[in-house]
Amino acid sequence: MATIQLTVNRKAYEVDVDPQMPLLWVLRDVIGLTGTKFGCGIAQCGACTVHIDDAAVRSCAIPVESAANQSITTIEGLSADGSHPVQRAWEQIDVPQCGYCQAGQIMTAVALLKKNPNPTDEAINESMTNICRCGTYNRIKKAIKLAAEGA
Amino acid sequence: MDKLTMTTMENSIRYPEETPDRLRIATSSKVVTRRNFFRLLGGGIAVALSQSCVYGWSDAPPVSEQLAADENTIAAWIHIHEDGSVSVFTGKVEVGQNIRTSLAQVVAEELAVPIQHIALIMGDTSLTPYDAGTFGSRTTPYMGPQLRKAAASLREALLEKAAKALKVPATALRAEAGKIVDGSSGKTLAYGTLTRGEKLLIPINEAVTLTAAEQWTVAGTSIPKINGRDFVTGKHQYTSDMVLPDMVYGKILRPPAYGATLAAVDVTKAKAMPHVTVVQTADFIGVTAPDPQTAANALARIAAQWNTTPQPSKAELFAYLKDNARHGGGDEDDRQEARRLFEASTHRLEHRVEVQYIAHVPLEPRAAIAEWNDGQLTVWTGTQRPFGVQEELAGAFSLAKEQVRVIMPDTGSAYGGKHSGEAALEAARLAKVVGKPVKIVWTREEEFKWAYFRPAGLIEVAAALKDDGTIASWEFHNYNSGNAGIDLPYEAGVKHIRYHPSRTPLRQGSYRALAATANVFAIECMVDDLARLLQRDPLEFRLSQLTDVRMRGVLTAAADRFGWGGKKAPGHGFGIACGFVKNSYIATCAEVAYGQANGQLEVVRLVAAYDCGAIVNPKHLENQVLGAILQGLGGALFEAIDFKDGRILNPTLSTYRVPRFADIPPLDIVLIDQKDIPSAGAGETPIVGTAPAIRNAIADATGVRLHQLPLIPQGLKMN
Ligand code: FES
Ligand code: FES
Repeated sequence: MATIQLTVNRKAYEVDVDPQMPLLWVLRDVIGLTGTKFGCGIAQCGACTVHIDDAAVRSCAIPVESAANQSITTIEGLSADGSHPVQRAWEQIDVPQCGYCQAGQIMTAVALLKKNPNPTDEAINESMTNICRCGTYNRIKKAIKLAAEGA
Repeated sequence: MDKLTMTTMENSIRYPEETPDRLRIATSSKVVTRRNFFRLLGGGIAVALSQSCVYGWSDAPPVSEQLAADENTIAAWIHIHEDGSVSVFTGKVEVGQNIRTSLAQVVAEELAVPIQHIALIMGDTSLTPYDAGTFGSRTTPYMGPQLRKAAASLREALLEKAAKALKVPATALRAEAGKIVDGSSGKTLAYGTLTRGEKLLIPINEAVTLTAAEQWTVAGTSIPKINGRDFVTGKHQYTSDMVLPDMVYGKILRPPAYGATLAAVDVTKAKAMPHVTVVQTADFIGVTAPDPQTAANALARIAAQWNTTPQPSKAELFAYLKDNARHGGGDEDDRQEARRLFEASTHRLEHRVEVQYIAHVPLEPRAAIAEWNDGQLTVWTGTQRPFGVQEELAGAFSLAKEQVRVIMPDTGSAYGGKHSGEAALEAARLAKVVGKPVKIVWTREEEFKWAYFRPAGLIEVAAALKDDGTIASWEFHNYNSGNAGIDLPYEAGVKHIRYHPSRTPLRQGSYRALAATANVFAIECMVDDLARLLQRDPLEFRLSQLTDVRMRGVLTAAADRFGWGGKKAPGHGFGIACGFVKNSYIATCAEVAYGQANGQLEVVRLVAAYDCGAIVNPKHLENQVLGAILQGLGGALFEAIDFKDGRILNPTLSTYRVPRFADIPPLDIVLIDQKDIPSAGAGETPIVGTAPAIRNAIADATGVRLHQLPLIPQGLKMN
């Protein structure tokens, strides 16, 4: 066990955990931010995507100690009420089916749009490697483009 | 600064958003009986839908007892509260198919209330009436019409009540936006006001007039997902997100292979860990700990030895399925006749089709929280059969069903893969021993290894043509995978069609469209090859053998949108396929490109036409159709479970490939709205066209006729 300082959604936390514990579990089970999901635990599905600074990372594959003292953003920190332009685009296109992958998809898309405000289909295919088993891919593409237009 | 450790987090039970306040109280008093359920509903007006007969009800108390006796024949409830809000109680569950929205739409339509006033309480064995489960595309064709009838009965009762109150004939009144409006005086009476201070239970009117689909204003439109925002903000609580006060996390010891039994085990190291409890009964061993990581560490410290028994492997799968098959029965005369015609024909083909096991891979793995309280068991879990899981639990712990409550929060998908209650049972067993609520969330690996698969199957099909190009004989044997979609939609002389159940090496169960994914594939490959044998166009050949107008309709619609007769680039091929399952029709066209130089195969585009009768929500229907087609793409191209000696060899998302963004070709969907035909469920059928359409396009592009699913397991390459 170790005491680790984290900044999540601009708020400071001090957690007392095994430093090797994946960031995902700290976010979900220690801090209680359950918007970030578990889908595989081996960086394959993207359900656990959060931001460290502006980069999308898969929190299931990051030991919590390596995220110490950095700025972490989860889906809950994107906006208080779903008003982030990417969330609004998602709602407008009515993307989710079961919705389980969507927090991860949105976090990946937000990071993509920060780097590339007008992504082509190829750029989307390249950066969006998250799995949606319900098959909402086409609507996710539409929502990313809608958010890009609105930005 | 917030200081947090595993044990200091404050959390309380979270109810689904939809649960009305007074029922949240109900959920904390541990037992909800039918009788106190009515008391808890409070005032207002309610209608119950029976599965079979009409209830002749008068006003309140004695009715509830009558109900308790007939609980199993009640299909759903609608209750209008005094504040005008509407609760709909149904045992169906939401797994992403968006029935929370579509069922609310049909109630809003018939009851004439704004959809925002409606909340659905779903899949809670204490609050909702019995339901066998959410599968088989049954919600839309069965629950939908029942709710419409109940809502319309309520509307009629309210009109009559208002007529009395206003002293005008009911015909002078209309129902609109949650109010009864008197057209001539302009007076309005809100539904809640009309029933204030009363507790009314009204009978359902089986003969009530329903709004025709042509007149729909709420049903038939693209209402967005109810609570959609909760799914883009992370606010929606899946079972795996829930936390109960004092809850601990469980992990279960798993055998290394199918058929393995425990020979020896040493749990002392795990037991020595602080805050860890080891639960051991016969072959069942589990641990609990205050956090998932500690639970996993404790499990890893258990040293177990296992006895294994020989198990079949993938290499011998199809021989095994045939050798262990039980003959499907029925008389053999038609078989002999089919054989005779086959032997006599000069235009005939015989195929052997192999279909591998595939996994559902719901993105939320199995999860459950179990809590015991004075001998009462409450379990939250993601299952398509909450009442089935309730029975499983009651059986396992020798309890009366009323002592077990199963609640199903809207879940991270299922696709036929969550009919069972494994995690629920495991959590309940651990919770019983540790005396605290226990949460179990399966890992992805557990989900791959210990859930169940779509059955593998061997299909043998032989067909012969008459000189006039019609089908003379059709012989079809399916070993193990099942009989869904096994019937031949085409005209044929003599047919012999059999399903032969077999012994399955791996645990198998339901799947999206079940065995129709295999049977329609085998049928549509054969029919396509027959057309090519006669050098006829595959679309024209199909149409010449089909009488069903709706099947012809989807084929023509898909072909038109696709540009079936159009020019193909060099190396490109077109394929078409159609299918009829559970009262709806799909036709799919595919274009593939084959690069001779590099051996690469690419699915260039897919076009599908779908007809499921009257459309309740066009956008959500399109989503379901797309989702099914894309799930079909994985099974068509590369999904397959690899196994040897009872071990699953690819139990991860890096070794079991599912479709991702880069795999998705441009897709075009034509939805055919048949306003005068009752709506069928749409979650399954559209999956069946994808694999045969792509296979037939590959045959067109390359001349290679593939007879296996997946088609190209080595990636987008011809082997
Ligand atoms: S849970 Fe982290 S990528 Fe799947
Ligand atoms: S919406 Fe269900 S997995 Fe993406």
